[in-house]
Amino acid sequence: MSVLLNVENLKTYFRTYRGLVKAADGVSFSVNEREIVGLVGESGCGKSVSMLSVLQLISTPPGEIVGGKVLFDGKDLLQFDAKGPQMCSIRGGKIAMIFQEPMTSLNPVLTIGRQLTEMLELHLHMDKEAARERAAELLRLVGIPDPETRVHDYPHQFSGGMRQRVMIAMALSCNPRILIADEPTTAVDVTTQSQLLELMKDMVMRFNTSLVVVTHNLGVVARYVQRIYVMYAGRIVESGLSKDIFAHPRHPYTIGLLKCVPRLDEAQGRKLVPIDGLPPNLIGMPPTCAFLPRCGAKIERCTYEPWPALRLVGHEHYVSCYVDTQEMR
Amino acid sequence: MAREGAVGAGVTEMPPRYSEFQRFCSVFFSRSLVLIGLIITVAAVILALFAPILAPYDPNKQNLSQRLLQPSREHLLGTDALGRDTLSRIIYGSRASLMVSAGALFVATFVGVLLGLIAGYFGGIAYMFIMRFIDALMAFPTILLALVIAGLLGGGLTNIVLALGIGLISSFARLMCAQVLSVKENDYVLAGRAMGASDLRMMFMHILPNSFPPLIVQVSLWVGFAILSEAGLSFLGVGIQPPTAAWGAMINDGYKYLLTNPALSFAPGVAIMLVVFGFNMIGDGLRDALDPRLRGRL
Repeated sequence: MSVLLNVENLKTYFRTYRGLVKAADGVSFSVNEREIVGLVGESGCGKSVSMLSVLQLISTPPGEIVGGKVLFDGKDLLQFDAKGPQMCSIRGGKIAMIFQEPMTSLNPVLTIGRQLTEMLELHLHMDKEAARERAAELLRLVGIPDPETRVHDYPHQFSGGMRQRVMIAMALSCNPRILIADEPTTAVDVTTQSQLLELMKDMVMRFNTSLVVVTHNLGVVARYVQRIYVMYAGRIVESGLSKDIFAHPRHPYTIGLLKCVPRLDEAQGRKLVPIDGLPPNLIGMPPTCAFLPRCGAKIERCTYEPWPALRLVGHEHYVSCYVDTQEMR
Repeated sequence: MAREGAVGAGVTEMPPRYSEFQRFCSVFFSRSLVLIGLIITVAAVILALFAPILAPYDPNKQNLSQRLLQPSREHLLGTDALGRDTLSRIIYGSRASLMVSAGALFVATFVGVLLGLIAGYFGGIAYMFIMRFIDALMAFPTILLALVIAGLLGGGLTNIVLALGIGLISSFARLMCAQVLSVKENDYVLAGRAMGASDLRMMFMHILPNSFPPLIVQVSLWVGFAILSEAGLSFLGVGIQPPTAAWGAMINDGYKYLLTNPALSFAPGVAIMLVVFGFNMIGDGLRDALDPRLRGRL
């Protein structure tokens, strides 16, 4: 498998009145072809910002991508003008993105069909007739019944789950190489969640697309992702194959995350343990490990050494922690 | 809807669906004043369109032997100082009023919406420049601004349309700008950009149509103001140039004979009042019908 997207040392900062917010501070990750990758972390840890930075959708000001590389197909996307034609043809055409809120992610005054055909005409230069047929076909693929009639409907005539299906159809309509799903199932109920994830998995396999799922819920993506990146306070703190992460988490934060969700593959009666404290305020962070105040495994070295770099602890398994958590589990 | 038929037999009938248009109509026509306003407006438009058929006399034909006649069966509203039939002149005058207000509103809406869209969408320097320019325009009262422009350009239909249009730009630009600022924060704008839409496409396909409802109301509410302003300018002599019939100019011509021939001034005054009232009522009705807070209440 070859690497499709390689993000190196991405830094996206926001200049606010209260100070500099380092929302993504040296984020590196890669996505291989036909791979499903999970990016996991709490609210405000920089997951969405990292993904939006890949497509240069950060609103400037206040945000600014101050450093790093986004290598896609051998080209650094950050070299392109954010509003230029190259970026516009990559967005949606090569890398598509769907968002958390299906209820508001569709334009209320255009029909579903028009919004789908707009993309097909824009990126694939289809004529109107072909685009309309393709739109109906896409809706059928994502499981919308009676697609020929529904293309004439407006977003308010669809339920939340169906709108997210439409978003998926829209995102995949131009055969992108990568689909980035930013918390795609957060706003829908649990049953719909699993349906949508199944659908996305089927669709990316059918379209030979790589998928990046951004989520705050490890459990949601456990079954689907092949590799996982765990983010905390703007940095990747652990990464590895998903089976390794779930079986042998090494960073205290990942361990905490796994302890606070119920699992099916273990004895009953285990108590769920929440992680104490709150995520850190990203303004004026100390140079030491950001997880330190909440960490149950800290050693003296943590209190004066800067944030540790990622180190290899197993096959493709990286962790950024001084503590050898092997024995504390 | 075709789809409801496709649900098939055995399924209990779906409750009747109210389309957005039905909902709009039921609110719009629920008030009798709105209905009256609509009738007046439609009547005024018909008068303007079919003036040559409806007017009993040529509005510009002078007949000095029949000057300043009182209302009679031949001349329902009497004649003016040059012996022209007042009723015919009022009917023809509706053309000037409606054309000027429609033209001025078209100019103002077109330019204002464009400026507001650019300022709101791009923000930053574009916003600063455009909105400060609009602020400068707003510093002058509309009628005074139009008076100055009309004075500079001279009278005549085109110039008066331009003068009033420029005077009205500011309110449309401000409304549009505020509307764009709120619409562009919607998720579908980010989603659209993530799907590769360019700025132009974003502005005209996604943001503009979503900004329309308050704009429609604004236009309908300003029609009355435009008609009044046109009448004001004509009254002051910088509007439609004689001998073309215009209500404002007719009031000016007639007020010298207010005590002897009151119909000369009153009739065009009543015409202005009725048409302005009609358009304002329609504006009120539109505002109520398009108000999203009333959604769901039928």
